This record gives sequence, structure tokens and C-alpha cells, in this order.
Amino acid sequence: MDVLSHDILIVGGGGAGLRAGIAIAHAYPSLKTAVISKVYPMRSHTVAAEGGCAAVIKDNDNHDLHAFDTIKGSDFLADQDAVEAFVRDASKEVIQIERWGCPWNREEDGHIAVRWFGGMSQKRTLHAADKTGFHLLHALFQTSLKYDNLKRYDEWFVAGLLVDDGKIGGVLALNIRQGTFHILAAKAVILCTGGVGRIYAFTSNAGIKTGDGAALAYREGAPIKDMEFIQFHPSGLLKNGILITEASRGEGGYLFNKDGKRFMEQYAPSKMELAPRDIVSRSIMEEILAGRGLDGPYGSYVHLDLRHLGEAKIMEKLPMVRELCIDFAGMDPVYEPIPIRPTMHYTMGGVHTDKDGKTPLAGLYAAGEGACVSIHGGNRLGSNSLAEILVFGARAGRTAAEYARQAKPCASERLQSLAKEKMDFIQRRYIRTENGTERVGAILSDLRKTMDEKVGIYRREEGLREGIEAIQRLKERFNRIRLTQQSQVFNTELVGAMEMDNMLEVAHVVALGAFNRKESRGGHARKDYPNRDDAQFLHHSLAYQTPDGPRMEKLPVTITKWQPEERKY
Amino acid sequence: MADQIKLTIWRYNPDNGPDNRPDKGDEYRPQTFTIPYQKDWSILDALNHIKAEVDGSLSYRWSCRMAICGSCGMMVNGTPRLTCSTYLNEFHPNEITLEPLANFPIIKDLVVDLTDFMDKLRSVKPWIIRENKKDDEDTSSEYLQTPAQMESYYQQSLCINCTLCYAACPAYGLHSDFLGPAAIALTYRYNNDSRDQGREDRRKVVAAENGVWKCPVVGDCTEVCPKHVDPSAAIQRTKVNSAVSWFFSFLKGGKGE
Repeated sequence: MDVLSHDILIVGGGGAGLRAGIAIAHAYPSLKTAVISKVYPMRSHTVAAEGGCAAVIKDNDNHDLHAFDTIKGSDFLADQDAVEAFVRDASKEVIQIERWGCPWNREEDGHIAVRWFGGMSQKRTLHAADKTGFHLLHALFQTSLKYDNLKRYDEWFVAGLLVDDGKIGGVLALNIRQGTFHILAAKAVILCTGGVGRIYAFTSNAGIKTGDGAALAYREGAPIKDMEFIQFHPSGLLKNGILITEASRGEGGYLFNKDGKRFMEQYAPSKMELAPRDIVSRSIMEEILAGRGLDGPYGSYVHLDLRHLGEAKIMEKLPMVRELCIDFAGMDPVYEPIPIRPTMHYTMGGVHTDKDGKTPLAGLYAAGEGACVSIHGGNRLGSNSLAEILVFGARAGRTAAEYARQAKPCASERLQSLAKEKMDFIQRRYIRTENGTERVGAILSDLRKTMDEKVGIYRREEGLREGIEAIQRLKERFNRIRLTQQSQVFNTELVGAMEMDNMLEVAHVVALGAFNRKESRGGHARKDYPNRDDAQFLHHSLAYQTPDGPRMEKLPVTITKWQPEERKY
Repeated sequence: MADQIKLTIWRYNPDNGPDNRPDKGDEYRPQTFTIPYQKDWSILDALNHIKAEVDGSLSYRWSCRMAICGSCGMMVNGTPRLTCSTYLNEFHPNEITLEPLANFPIIKDLVVDLTDFMDKLRSVKPWIIRENKKDDEDTSSEYLQTPAQMESYYQQSLCINCTLCYAACPAYGLHSDFLGPAAIALTYRYNNDSRDQGREDRRKVVAAENGVWKCPVVGDCTEVCPKHVDPSAAIQRTKVNSAVSWFFSFLKGGKGE
């Protein structure tokens, strides 16, 4: 097999991957660096982030406040040393991206404007209307184009990490367009592959969010962390969960139940609609379960009302919300309330890293939603994720570069034999499927239904046990898949099968983590254990792959100066 | 029997032929799928249904299904559209014909080759250019930019690179070396950003033979743009700007490139 040599490979071309790539190309121009992405970088899901990016940039704000908001938002599961580094770097990164052309909204005097966001004690969310992720991603992508030394492999899919004696040697990847597999050698690999939203049916996430990085790391013995913490965003548009930004509430939108009552006064009287997402999502579910939701062909929902903001403000601050409502729900928020219910939105867990993006596997790094540092703990605050991809993309890039400068490449013969082993596996599992009977599409739709029903906003022991058993049966069925596409060229059925395998691995860890965590914290809400239990569960969950399924371990939380306290808003 | 709808999809299997748009022959052929009609389905929903339930060999691109990633453009009854936000109910009970985006080489089925487009994007230097290269490393404070200054380029910053404008552009169809609507709109976006000082660098590309002057001012690009970027207006304004700066370079004794 032919070998393409590099010093550093970045897997994923979204915000974290591109930020890492620019950090390396700029400061370490002699390193051979490439970004490999299964889609063109500007298609990455960063593009769909709407509301904003949090950072301290105003005189009335400070880093301790941002850190404490983040830690309280995390239900005290965030590592406080990492959060402190995060809030400091975020202030610089948002200016850096401004200097690279990001069109942040401005005050009249030309300074960057900020808006309110959930769980934040100050206005600190920078924004580019409600297309912040779009502008941020395109600014990064376009800036990345000026670096001749940053190579790209667009529409290539990483099928496996090549690990020699506990050290990264490169990846085995499919050139989707040609249908050919190649060895991409690298001393360091940075996984920037995003979360695993597609394991849920009602989700704001794009089709590409299949947990690839988590599965790649996990298969090679690197642990994945805190996977049970899934964020449900309060405002998913009916019918299919498309995101209506939290900025709708940040700009003054109200939530109403069917009786026209602003029900948040009952659940978070001081913050109202701007309580953190886990709390607002559960409040909506409580209303629906109590029969105070509205009902329609797509199930129960509540109203997000923007009408009192008026057309001018909606067009200035929330134009995309209006566009989405008109295009995808056939209604106009200037004149009607928006039908919403909580939608799977964000994976707090991911590949276990330290605050420099380093994983326990030598040469392997991770950043962005696919990584878990952890700065989000049990629940991420809105607008911290765009800041995260900038901060930790850059940090992971620099750390990987320092490592790659002194590391030795893996011997070519060794890479060939590692790749051959992987290739044989791929042939058996995904390509020679003539004797199979199962359709991947059916397995996917069953998995998504299982996760929605058994591992959703509210979890119970019984349901989680059923969920885990169902996932095990789906894994069995996956052993008997049958693919029909004969052409090698742009074989999206093959890519889809590999993604499905990744999703099943990761979903299993999500469900088992949720089963084991017999408490409620942040986005993980157990009906049978409704309280947070710091005595037993103030720790991260690490999952290691074994032939019998995930093996779970505990990892202490780093606390610097904020002792856990009751989380009330 | 439940209500149904017919989708005719043009298939192309490159294993049987050359890797570009075939003029004739069996490799490029229509295939009709009759599927249940759901009035709230987008065309993309219908394609995902076909892929999962009927024919797993169909290839097309998609991702966000909310009209922001720019992946899922196709010719829908002859017009370039984003299929995630185009609904079956616009056509039912008539049938829908889907083809890969016009003017691009085909890779497989509904997937077209974007290599040329990506090269063109890069050729216009779509990044902030400063006379002092160190400027972009200074993170102590932002460049100031008033809302009015931002307004002058904001519309052209909304391009999602979906390439519908290239599929609609008759000039690009005739001369694939034409820089094309999105790339010129992007030039306009950076040239009019108060933070940028790279207008002269980009002029060589946009004012060249294959730049703005190839545009026949038909306006189809603006017509099909799902994000109202108005590339046509950007092109016409760029023509005026380059003519003016060409004229002034003569006055200054330059060569007027």
C-alpha cells in the first residue's frame, strides 16, 4: 500500500481541526501537516452553531466570573484548572479570529458587541448575528488557505489509527472519491471529529456527527470520558430537531406552556428562560409530562415566543431563526410562536485529554466536541463550545507540534503490517458482505429510537438496562450486514457502515455510563436517583474497550478554588 | 393505496466510463423510484429514504439538513436548488427529476467534482491581507469596525459555497476558466472589509481575462442563491471598481494591467 508521509495529521476540518492546523502551519512551518476530513471543511458541523462564542472582553467582566459560571454550569464536574486556562485563552482567541476576518457584531463605536446567554452572569457572548458558527468556520477555513504548508485531504475517511507499541504511527484512510485505502504516516494525530449526535433521532446534529474520533481512540485503548453526559438543547424545532438558538432567549424570547404561562418562573425564578440548558430542557419536559404542553402531528411541544421583539430586532439579531422557521416549519416567528421541544445537541464527553489536548496514547491528541478535557463537566453552557474549539484546537496543535518535533516516525514495514491487519478486518467486516442480510439503515434507525426512548433526557435503571441490551443486539446484527454498492467510487454506503460501527461502539458507552452513574448531575438526569451525590459520584467516568464491552474506571475531578455547592438559579 | 410520488434520478457509474460528464452512452442513465408521498418531506428526506430502504448504492452529498453547510445542491427539474429545503409538496402530484449540478464534472450519481471551484476560491486570496504581516498576531485588541462599515461587505460574507450559482451560470458552462460568481463575491467581501488592505493583490485575479469581464450579466447566479448573496451585483460593482482603478493607474503613469 502506498504511504503518504507527514509529521502531524489532523482528523476533522471543523473549527477545532482548522484552528489546530493554522496554529501549527503558522508557528511550525517546517512540519508537514495535513487536515483530513470526510467532508470539505466548510461543511463541518461548526457551520451550524448559531448563537455565539463566550469570552471575557469587557471591562465589567473577569476571568473568575466566566470560570465560576462554567463550573457551576457543569454541575461541578469540570476540571477547574482546565476551565481557568480556557477562560484566559478564550479572551485572546476571539480577538485572533476577529483579526482573521470574523464579522463579529459591533457596537456603534466599532468595538465587538456581546449578548446574554444561559447560565452566564455577565453579557459575554460574542456573535455574528445568529450565524456565528458559520462565520467562524468560514473565517478559519479561508484563513487556512493562505498556508501553503497546510495540506488537505478533503473527502477522505479515517478507517483506523495505526498504533505501534503504544505509539501513534499514522492512520489508515479511505479516499472516498477513488475508493482506495492509503497509509497516512504521522508522528502525531489530532482527533477533531466532533460529537456523536446522530445516535439520537431527535437531534440538532448534522448527518456527519457519528463519533468517529471517540471510536477510533477507544478501539486503540485510549479511554473515552464522561460519555453519559449528553446535552439536550431546549429549543429543537419541530419536526426534526433543527436548532433554534438560545440567543432567541438571550435576546428576550419567552417560553410558554399551553395555558400561556411563562413556566420558567416555577423552575428557575432568578434566571427564567436563561437558566442553563439542562435545566430549561427538563422544565419543558416537566410541563409536557404534566399535560401542559401543546400537541400536534409531531408530538408534544411548548412555545418559544419572539413576537414581542418585533421584526426589526429579529431581522438584526436572529435572521437565521426566522429563515429556519420559514423553511423548515412553515411559520414566521414575527407573527407566530415557534413550536419547540428539547433536542439532542451536544456530547459533553469524548476522547480523554488533559488541558493541552494530550491523550494517554503517545502521539494522540484530541480537541473540540470530540474531546473531553473536561471544561463542560455534566453540562456545557451555551456559547462555550465555539470558544472551546478555538482554545483547545490551538493548544492541541501546539502540543502536538512540540511532540512531533522530537518524535521518530514509525518504520515503514511496521506501518505496512499494521495497515494490512486493519485492511483484512475492513474487508471481512464491511466489504465482503455477500452472505449478510441486515440493512445498515435499519440498524441505524433502531439505534436512534432506542437512544431517544431509553437514554434520553430522563433515565431510569430499567430503561437503561433495556437500552444496553438493545444495543448489544444491534451490535450482533451489525455482524451480519449486507452492502449493495458495487462501485468503489464515492461509496457512501461503505462510509455509512463504518460510521454505523463507530456509533454502536460509542452508544454502548453512553448507555453503560448512564446506567452506572446512579445520581443526577448536569445533563444526566436519573428519575430513580434525582439528586447529585458528590460522596459517590464526584468523578469522571473513563471507558476502555474490552472484548466483553466497555470497562469503566473513575477519575477524580480537579478542584482549584471553587468547592461544590448546591446548583440553583 | 397510499399516495405516491415519482423521483427520476440520473445515475452515473464511473466504473463503466470516464470520470467526467458523459455526453452519451449507457453510463449516464435515468432511474425512476416510486416512493410514498409525505407532504412534509424535503427532497433530501426522500433521497435518504431511498438510500436506506430501496437502493443503498445511490451516492449524493448531504450533512446539516438546515441549509447552512452547502452540501446538498442538485438540479431539481432543471434548476439548481438545495434539496434539504426543497419540499416534495412543491411538485406533487407531478414527478421530480434530479440531476447532478450542471457545469461540473460528475464523480458518481449526484456527486460532482468541486476541485475547480475550490481552486478558484483560493485564487482570490480570501483572507485578511495587511501591509504589516504582524498585525494579525496582535491579540491585545480588535480592529475597530462600525456596524456601517460591516454592512458594506456583510451580504457577500453569507456565501455557503453551495455552488448553485456555478450550476446556473451560462458563462461558466461555456468557459470553465471563468472565475465565477461565488469567488468574485468573496473577492468583493474581502475588498470591502475595512480591516483588509489586499485589494491590489486581488485585482490581478478578478480583473484578468477570466475574471469579472467574462460575466454576461444574466443574473441567474443571484436568482438561484439560497442565501441572497447577490453575486451578480458584486460582479458588476467589481467591474466598476476595476475600471476606475485601471483608469487611475494610467493617470499615475502606470501600465494599467
